[in-house]
Amino acid sequence: MRRNSAFLLTALGAGYAFLYLPVLLLILFSFNESRLVTVWSGFSAKWYGELARNERILDAAWLSVTVAAVSATVATALGLMGGMALRRFGGFRGRALLAGLLAAPLVMPEVLSGLSLLLLFVSLDQLVGWPGERGFATIVIAHATFTTAYVAVIVQARLKLLDPALEEAAHDLGAPPWRAFVGVTLPMLAPGLAAGWLLAFTLSLDDLVIASFTSGPGATTLPMVVFSSVRLGLSPQINALASLFVLAATLLVGAALWLLGRRSAE
Amino acid sequence: MRRWFIGLPLVWLLLFFAAPFLIVAAISIVPAINASPPFESPLDPAKWTLDSYRLLISDDLYIAAFGNALRIAFTSTLIALLIGYPMAYAMARAEPRRRGVLVMLVVIPFWTSFLIRVYAWMQLLQPSGLINSALMGVGVIAEPLPLMANEFAVHLGLVYSYLPFMVLPLYAALERLDPALLEAAHDLGARPYSAFWRVTLPLSLPGIVAGCLLVFIPAAGEFIIPDLLGGPDSPMIGKILWTEFFNNRDWPTASALAIGLLVLLVTPILAFQAVERKAPVRA
Repeated sequence: MRRNSAFLLTALGAGYAFLYLPVLLLILFSFNESRLVTVWSGFSAKWYGELARNERILDAAWLSVTVAAVSATVATALGLMGGMALRRFGGFRGRALLAGLLAAPLVMPEVLSGLSLLLLFVSLDQLVGWPGERGFATIVIAHATFTTAYVAVIVQARLKLLDPALEEAAHDLGAPPWRAFVGVTLPMLAPGLAAGWLLAFTLSLDDLVIASFTSGPGATTLPMVVFSSVRLGLSPQINALASLFVLAATLLVGAALWLLGRRSAE
Repeated sequence: MRRWFIGLPLVWLLLFFAAPFLIVAAISIVPAINASPPFESPLDPAKWTLDSYRLLISDDLYIAAFGNALRIAFTSTLIALLIGYPMAYAMARAEPRRRGVLVMLVVIPFWTSFLIRVYAWMQLLQPSGLINSALMGVGVIAEPLPLMANEFAVHLGLVYSYLPFMVLPLYAALERLDPALLEAAHDLGARPYSAFWRVTLPLSLPGIVAGCLLVFIPAAGEFIIPDLLGGPDSPMIGKILWTEFFNNRDWPTASALAIGLLVLLVTPILAFQAVERKAPVRA
């Protein structure tokens, strides 16, 4: 009854091939010796070596990693609070508003989020003299804002699986709300929070559009370097960088999914 | 504790997500000037003007860009549905212990390196790219096929990038479907084909709606794909907005375009929330 027909298996296989083949070819050709990206002339890891000597790329990578780490931390804290509020606090004034604000960034086109945040920063700067020069801080705020929604989705899904009776027991035994939270809820949520942090980190690392709007002249993230170079055409060095990027993102996301899967298997 | 947990995310999102759109609206009604920042202060009502919006509805470029974005997003969503539905259906019918891996294989590209996955297609589609080199190598074609810088490539890029957004909600809806319902349809004499049309498809409708919106909305505002894979013949609104902002430094026009796009997309976002309330798609 529940066996898959040949048509369905073909559709599934073709779908996975479609999703993975382009990226696998990209990784394969990053080991191509030729300067011409699409003509195979022999195996070589020399483009990875050139990458390691490219100061501009290394600087951008460092900025991207620090932005991602700080913004993921802020997003995890905000997403935890928002997710708790929606799942554990019952009805409260502003609940629908909070739910909407936590869902809308998931579907908002990036050009709209990016443009609107930049105009906010420019207007704030005119009115109160902050944030001044755009760069690290403004990109962090922008990334934390749009990744909070993703963390909140994960936190809510985790809380749905957790039995509220444990927290209620803590309350009944006389624990004040914050102690019940720190002692009971937080440890149970920890794998979900770690997964949320990793996914927020990955999203921030990967973002081009929002970072382009909210960064200033002195701050160029890794995707911005990749983009400006890709616009000029293909280059084997960018292939190497892209392969490392895919590898890093796959490891981070794999770790996040492992954390989420392990918990639900119990 | 309660107050902080509700208040902090609410204030943060109001300040950094909701309020910025009010500022976009304010800047869309002032004239552009040659200064830094390049617009008149919206605090002075005497400067208010609807010129940017007049430009929007009088210039064919903008109308075409909105039209192209909606049309291309629509056809891409449809193609993604046609590819994604059989995939999600096969995943939902796979053995339970294999489903986790199958889902993971869809989720990983969902999160990884959007820009780089578009770059991977540039390498394939270029006139001197892998597909053309291979076809010319075996002698099927003499001249490179125009695979890039056109609408075909944009559709391909959109379907490729947003396919996981389609498959995951479809899978969530199909996996929840009780097999007893299909058995009942079978016992009552329904052929598999008619059981699919009359039982499976209607019951997976929330997944279809959620998947279509999750593809359509970001696709309609997409910038990277039309910029890297598209050609000059069919500009999309996301790219035009980017050009107005970064290349022409016309912030009021960019703001008016943003408001226009937002208004066009608000309807499906509200519909998405209504569906999400019924069945959380990514829970």
